[in-house]
This record gives sequence, C-alpha cells and structure tokens, in this order.
Amino acid sequence: MSARENILQRLRAAPQGTQPLAPDVPGFYAATGNGSADRAARIERFCEKMTFWHGEVVRVTRGNWPQKLHELVAAKGVRSLLYGERHAAELLASGMSGLRPYDRPIDGWKKELFEKIDASLTSTRGAIAETGTLIVWPDADEPRLMSLVPPIHFALLDADQIYDDLFQAMTAQGWSASMPTNALLVSGPSKTADIQVTLAYGAHGPKELIVLLLVNEEELK
Amino acid sequence: MNAQHLQFVPASEFRQRAAAAVADEHLRRSFRGAMDFLIGKRAAQFPDASALERQRALAEHIRKYSLARLPELLEQLERKLTENGVQVHWAESPEQANAIIIDIARRHGTKLMVKGKSMVSEEIELNHAMADAGMEALESDMGEYIVQLDGEKPSHIIMPAIHKTKEEIARLFAAKVPGASYTDSVDELIGIGRAVLREKFRTAEIGLSGVNFAVAETGTLCLVENEGNGRMCTTVPDVHVAITGIEKVVEKLEHVPPLFGLLTRSATGQAITTYFNMISGPRKPGEKDGPREVHLVLVDNGRTQAYADEQLRSTLQCIRCGACMNHCPVYTRIGGHAYGTTYPGPIGEIISPHMLGLAATHVLPTASSLCGACGEVCPVRIPIPDLLIRLRAEAQHDARPGHAPLLGQGAAKSRLADAVWSGWAALYTRPALYRAFGWLATRFRALTPPMQSGWTVSRTPLKPASRTLHDEMAARNKR
Repeated sequence: MSARENILQRLRAAPQGTQPLAPDVPGFYAATGNGSADRAARIERFCEKMTFWHGEVVRVTRGNWPQKLHELVAAKGVRSLLYGERHAAELLASGMSGLRPYDRPIDGWKKELFEKIDASLTSTRGAIAETGTLIVWPDADEPRLMSLVPPIHFALLDADQIYDDLFQAMTAQGWSASMPTNALLVSGPSKTADIQVTLAYGAHGPKELIVLLLVNEEELK
Repeated sequence: MNAQHLQFVPASEFRQRAAAAVADEHLRRSFRGAMDFLIGKRAAQFPDASALERQRALAEHIRKYSLARLPELLEQLERKLTENGVQVHWAESPEQANAIIIDIARRHGTKLMVKGKSMVSEEIELNHAMADAGMEALESDMGEYIVQLDGEKPSHIIMPAIHKTKEEIARLFAAKVPGASYTDSVDELIGIGRAVLREKFRTAEIGLSGVNFAVAETGTLCLVENEGNGRMCTTVPDVHVAITGIEKVVEKLEHVPPLFGLLTRSATGQAITTYFNMISGPRKPGEKDGPREVHLVLVDNGRTQAYADEQLRSTLQCIRCGACMNHCPVYTRIGGHAYGTTYPGPIGEIISPHMLGLAATHVLPTASSLCGACGEVCPVRIPIPDLLIRLRAEAQHDARPGHAPLLGQGAAKSRLADAVWSGWAALYTRPALYRAFGWLATRFRALTPPMQSGWTVSRTPLKPASRTLHDEMAARNKR
C-alpha cells in the first residue's frame, strides 16, 4: 500500500467520537465584528494601523496621484520605478524618469530586478482597517515579485475598498470562488525581531511601503 | 551551553542538559527577558478576557471540526491542489519525506535550496538529508540563518535564535560571513543577512517552505511571516516545495481569519504579520513570475498515532504559536535546546512522544510543574496538562484495555516504583498493617535515610514524627 493509503486508512480507523457541527464563522463576526464603522472611521483606522507598521500613507486623488508619486520618487532619490501596463498611461504622462515596465518573464532579467530596481508601483485590491493591511493580488500585469524585491513599494489603494476586517474583505470580494495563484496581505515593510527581539525593518523584502490612498477632494486634509 | 549539532538525544540526558541550562546565568537571562517581553506583548493584544474566550472557543471548534473530518479534508485538499496544478505527495516517515524532496531537487539539478521557516523540515532533519545527498539547504529566516550558521538548532519555534545575544551574532557574522566586519548594530547585522540571502534567493534552484494553514475548498497554502523570506522562497526559485504535517488542513477559507488572528497575537503579540501569503498554484500561462512547479509534501510522522486516540487527538489542534513555551516556567528556565527535540516546551512534551516514541521521550512530559499556564494561554484550548498526565501514565504502564499501545508504551516502567505503590496500597487498605507500620516508623525514625532520591536534591530529608496522628488524637481525647 502507498503512504497515502496507509495514512488515510489509519485516520479512518480512528474512533469517530461526536462529530462537531460546522463552526458558524459568519455568525461569530456578525456578533463581535467591527461591522459598524463608517467610511471616515475605516480610513482613519487604516491610516493609524498602517503607520503603526511603519507604512507611510499619502492621501491623493484620482487626478493628482501620478504627480504626487513623481514628487515622492524624486524626494526618495528613486532612480528606477517598476510598473505594470495598467498604470502605463498615467505614469508616462507624468514626466517621471527611470520608468521600467514589468513587460517580460522574470527569467531573463532576475539579476537586474534584484540589483537595479529601486522601487515599484502596484495596485491593490483593497485593504483591512482593523489591522492596517493591504490586499495585493498579483496578476500577469503586476506580477508577484513587484511587491517583494524592490526596496521601496508604492501601493495605490482606493479608499472605497477598505473593509473592516479580513473576514468581511474575503466574503465581500468572494475570494473562495476565485483565488488567484498568489494572493497577499501586506502590513507594512518587511521586518524581523530575530536578533535579541529588537525590531529591524527591511529584512528581506521592501524597506519602505508607501500607500497612495485615493480619496475624494474633501478627504485630502 | 553547547548545542552543536544537536540530534534527537536520549531522554536520559535531559536532566543533565536541564541542569546545565539552569546553571547558565547568561542563558537564563536571555530567555527570561525574551519570554517576559513576549508575554507582555501577547497580554496587550487581549485586553478583554471574555472576548478572548469567545475567540478561543471558536478557534478550538474550527480545529476540532477540521480534525473530525481530516481524511475527507485531506482528500479534498489533494483534489483541489491537483486541479490548481500543485503536485501532492504523502510521507509516513521522515525518511520518506526526505526521499521525496531529494528526488524533486535532483530532477531539477539542484545545488542550492533556500528554505523559509518550516518546523516540519527540522522535524525530518531535511538539512542533513540534503547535505548527505550533496546539496546545500540554506535557512533564510534571519533567526534560522543565524542558528544554522553556528551549527545549531532553533531554541524556540517562533524565535529560533532567542538564546543568542547581538554580540554573539556579531562575532558569528564576522567569523563566518565572507566580507563582514564586526558590528553589533542590529540594523547592520540584519543588513548583512539581507545582502547574503538576497543573492541566494536569486540563484537557488528550489525554495522550500512550511504551511500554516492548508485550505481544502480552494486548494490554498497559507504562510504567515514578517520578513519576506517565505515569499522569496515560494516565489523566486523555479520550484517551490511546501511541507506540512497532515493536521494543518481546514475546510474553508472563512475558517482562516479566526485562527490567523489568534496565531499572530498569541505568538508575538502582533495583530497581524507583515505578510500573509496565500499560494494556490504555480505560475499560470501569461504570468511573468512565480515557480513553474509547486509541490506539497504531507507528513504523518506519528500524527496518526495521536489521532487514533480521542484524548491525544487534541494535540493536533496546535497551530504552532509557541505561547505555551513563552508562558512555561520550565521552558523559561532551561531554554529550548535542553529538550533535545525539534519542538521544545509544553507542545514538544506532548507531540514528541508520537514522533519519536516514549522510549526516547518519556522524561519530557515530566518536565512540567503542571501549573496549567500552557493550557490557559493555548489559543485552540489544547488541554496540555491533562495530556502530560496521560503520557506520564502511558510511559509507566501497559496500554489501557481496548487501546493500541503507543510507540514506546511503558518505557518508563520501574519495578521499584511498582513495588512502592503496591506496598503503599497494601498499607492503606489493611488497618492492622497500617498501625504496625506507624508503630515501627515512629520508633525507628532515626534510621530514615538522609538522602531521599529526588526529594533531597533541593529539600531537607523527610523524617517521620515521634508520634503518629492516631496517637496524638488518642492522647488529646483522653484530656
């Protein structure tokens, strides 16, 4: 018999005991969740938590974000910014220099990505206010490594897509019916406390995470 | 304390290692400081005790429900993963698991495997097996990297290098990392590790990772981490091999948030980790990065033995947060290496006997004062103290009627202990014998031995009183 059959057979031979009912996870969150927050409170909470994780949040509008990004990129001395086709038109129109499209499979330019790219811009699928978390679903246009390898990660977040908690986000967006090959939750730049429980940022992934938060004019503050 | 190349070591040496650790002031300070820090961070995450109880109740329910349906869920997971293009392998033993991984590695001409944090890979001693097969397996979690660089094993499942100070790590890096000069700045030390490891991520042929939750309905492997090395290992190399114990599966994606929320809060007192990485398949046509092959190795290694018993099954509810260690007075004093097993602390004491057998591990369940802290903080409410008592009994006796013997059943049986208990039972069930013993014990109390085995290690010897309680009461009633 194969290992698989042996394992399954041993599990099936075990006493059944009482079978628990299916856990009522939606009921739990309905009773205890943060479901009552309004848009302003969600935005506020997200910004507060993301800042706690050493992420930066910059409020922008649909009209001015490429310009704001241009300023940030210049201020941080970024010489090369990796982007996907989705934002090509806006970025190219912004007059930014050092733009680099992720336009071919990684296999041919891995070394360049690791050594030459200073920053990247990706979209997000939304965010979670409770924990200050971005929902990042890489795809063919904005591949997985964009939010991982460059030392600075700029992420564009639509304030309409901020959910109260993870459960609300995954049910509202119907994740279980459409999981991509890789889905990510990102809360701040990479970090470690493995040396003497002292927190250090920029462990293996980005050293900086800057969220460009798309809000309405009156929410700019 | 010297923990070089620590292998699974005989239980008989546990006491010596524990004694050495207790005498090591430096180690004591490291652990006490780190555990106090983690205890404080966790407590700050759970300000409302009744809310925490509701969360624990739900998490326990989810784990029990998942385990009750384990064979079906494993088959569903395999089916979904296969549909998603992930290759699923099954291993009953560490040897089988290593053989599967080495075979995959060989097929891809591997020279270097980069590893994200995986306790199961430690459990099967993958690094040794890879080295024997002529391939390098490099740990990339900062703590694991440090520990591996020094030829050691992790001393904590979440913070592997917790036993080392930054000065020790500074000396280690200066000595072993080419081009590194001495610095005891934590930021600079992390910078050195980052530079070395990014080069390795880029050039490795295979990445290996563990799994925190495997979701059956979607065929998704979830990984929890802060550093990004897990994402590197699972995204940059052409091949990703994930390895996990068979117990990590849950039925639905919606079962993940309650467990994930408790895992990070219990482990490090974080509301969430930097990354939650959900992998549901290899690179699809049109995608520009990600591994071309993804494998999952499902490992038994004694878990089905725990599963076969309704009480011991709760061991498998564990989500590996390490809170039981952080709160254990014994662990805090002796550190992770003294146990000699992959999983130290209370969880190690209840899981290791299934993996390694009671013959090698029967002393571990006795490394507890049964204070109950582990059970109280366990986010999935594993009754750890009950399981410790149960395993102590299994180590001392034959299997209960109707129960299959555990591996190493009765390994700690002692004729002397049996004789003492039989004698005790005889005394306390026969009044005449009891009175005779009392008469003798009070008259000949001067003959009591001054050295009384474990008792006198740190206590004054026991000595019978000059009169029995019966005599005292009789005298008092006469007055």
